[in-house]
Amino acid sequence: MSWVNAIIQGILIGGLYALFACGLSLMFGVMKVINLAHGDLAVVAAYTALGVITITHVPAVWSFILVVPIFAVLGYVVQRTLIQAALDRSVLTTLLVTFGLSVVIENALLQFASADSHSLDIGPLVSDSIQIGSQISIAWLLLVIFVVAVVVLLGLQYFLSSSWQGRLIRAVADDQEAAQLSGADYRHVFGIAGAIAFGTVALAGLAFGMYSSFDPTIGTDQLLLFAFEAVVIGGLGSLWGTLVGGILLGVVQQIGAQIGPSNQVLAGQLVFLLILVVRPQGLTARRSTA
Amino acid sequence: MTDPPAGELVTGGSLTGRSGAALLEVRDLTVHHGQLRALQGVSLTVAPGEVYAMIGANGAGKSTLLRAISGLHKPTSGSILLDGQDLARLRPEKRVAAGIVMVPEGRRLFPSLTVEENLQVGASYARPGPWRIEGVYDLFPWMRDRRGQLAGQLSGGEQQSVAIGRALVANPRVLLLDELSLGLAPAVVRRIYQTLPELLASGLTVLLVEQDVSQALRVATHIHCLLEGRTTLQGPPGDLTAEEIEGAYFGLAGVNGPGGGREAPA
Repeated sequence: MSWVNAIIQGILIGGLYALFACGLSLMFGVMKVINLAHGDLAVVAAYTALGVITITHVPAVWSFILVVPIFAVLGYVVQRTLIQAALDRSVLTTLLVTFGLSVVIENALLQFASADSHSLDIGPLVSDSIQIGSQISIAWLLLVIFVVAVVVLLGLQYFLSSSWQGRLIRAVADDQEAAQLSGADYRHVFGIAGAIAFGTVALAGLAFGMYSSFDPTIGTDQLLLFAFEAVVIGGLGSLWGTLVGGILLGVVQQIGAQIGPSNQVLAGQLVFLLILVVRPQGLTARRSTA
Repeated sequence: MTDPPAGELVTGGSLTGRSGAALLEVRDLTVHHGQLRALQGVSLTVAPGEVYAMIGANGAGKSTLLRAISGLHKPTSGSILLDGQDLARLRPEKRVAAGIVMVPEGRRLFPSLTVEENLQVGASYARPGPWRIEGVYDLFPWMRDRRGQLAGQLSGGEQQSVAIGRALVANPRVLLLDELSLGLAPAVVRRIYQTLPELLASGLTVLLVEQDVSQALRVATHIHCLLEGRTTLQGPPGDLTAEEIEGAYFGLAGVNGPGGGREAPA
């Protein structure tokens, strides 16, 4: 039964990984930008929530109502200024710039918020769970996070495939210049994709802050890594793939932990490497159009 | 018509006299590709309803000219005017709103989007006008049945038709067609060119680049030949002799005139 429990926990935590990863996947898919500051942004979102809670006294659970829009706006602005300026030079420059951004964020957090770890206090919800038999217990919080992650990914998929803005985002991802010749300002479209990416990573950061404790360096040490692994396992360019990748990563990690607590991260990385060797395009990648 | 006299040899200077009826005017345009001067003092005037064909060998600067007009390539000097308005400060996407839409070389469809989505993207920033997606389906009836197919899976000729449709639904005033026939079978090219009268009937003006001279002569109301970035010959096709065109196209001595003063490479 403990194995079943491990798998269930893995699926649930995998939803969170997918939520982390979808913004990373979107920015790479549309702008060809690998955002190395992606994990740090999640941490900044969690710290922002701490600030918002202190000032407005809203319950931690509702902090997303303020934090996610703030990050969406931030995403648009950062994309239109910093990242676009890097893109205008070369794609490689974006790697340097986002790496620099990551370093700046981490050190600024260390400077102003200290290295202490924090968490978003959501009261009794953090420990409430559904008990099934003697071995399986499902934390309400993880279940809610999983449902939110699935709803966000499905919503995003629907937005991209069915709305006219989503269609423009896919068109720009295919061919910027041709999109320009159809009258689309690709920089603005990039900004929209940046807003979505920052908004989703903020939501993931808040969920993580409620589920676990966070400190200034966890963004690159763990979150960015897991997000990358989820994207690569699932396959680039597909949100379904990201969800599958996140869940698979979560399940493998929990099974690894079941074998021995020190194996959790290792197991995830072994599967990640295995996928890279056996199926480098990822599990769900569509046929290459290149 | 106030067209210049038949077979007028142009020396690369500015052209005057037809600006009264001009819809699109290019004045003394010079464009560089890095160090290479791709266009040198090219001028042209396109009147409403014309089919203005640029001809010339590979590397003559034809595509560069279209890319400069659509805003993708910044000119070094000279100006581009639509209805007397200078377009210099307009980004490519704003030129679409002004009425200049290009069908780029190599089709450049969005391969992961369906046929219909490609047309919808083209219509996203459309000016008011006669062309709708339905109208494109009427023009190319096969497209209606295959609207759900991914554009990347179509044949070259089909992609070219979709690319034309995508430009049409933006309701351009001037349609720029860059090398429609590139990589397509002659029969397919002929079929695509057969739609041209219908486009003109809807009030369009066409500026096209064509490597296939006989194809250009069949459809054009005005021929403009480039050689190594300079104008070597222009005029209505009926007024140009085959020898003149051949000379201007290949830069044969004597026909090239004082314009280049350069010998064509042997």
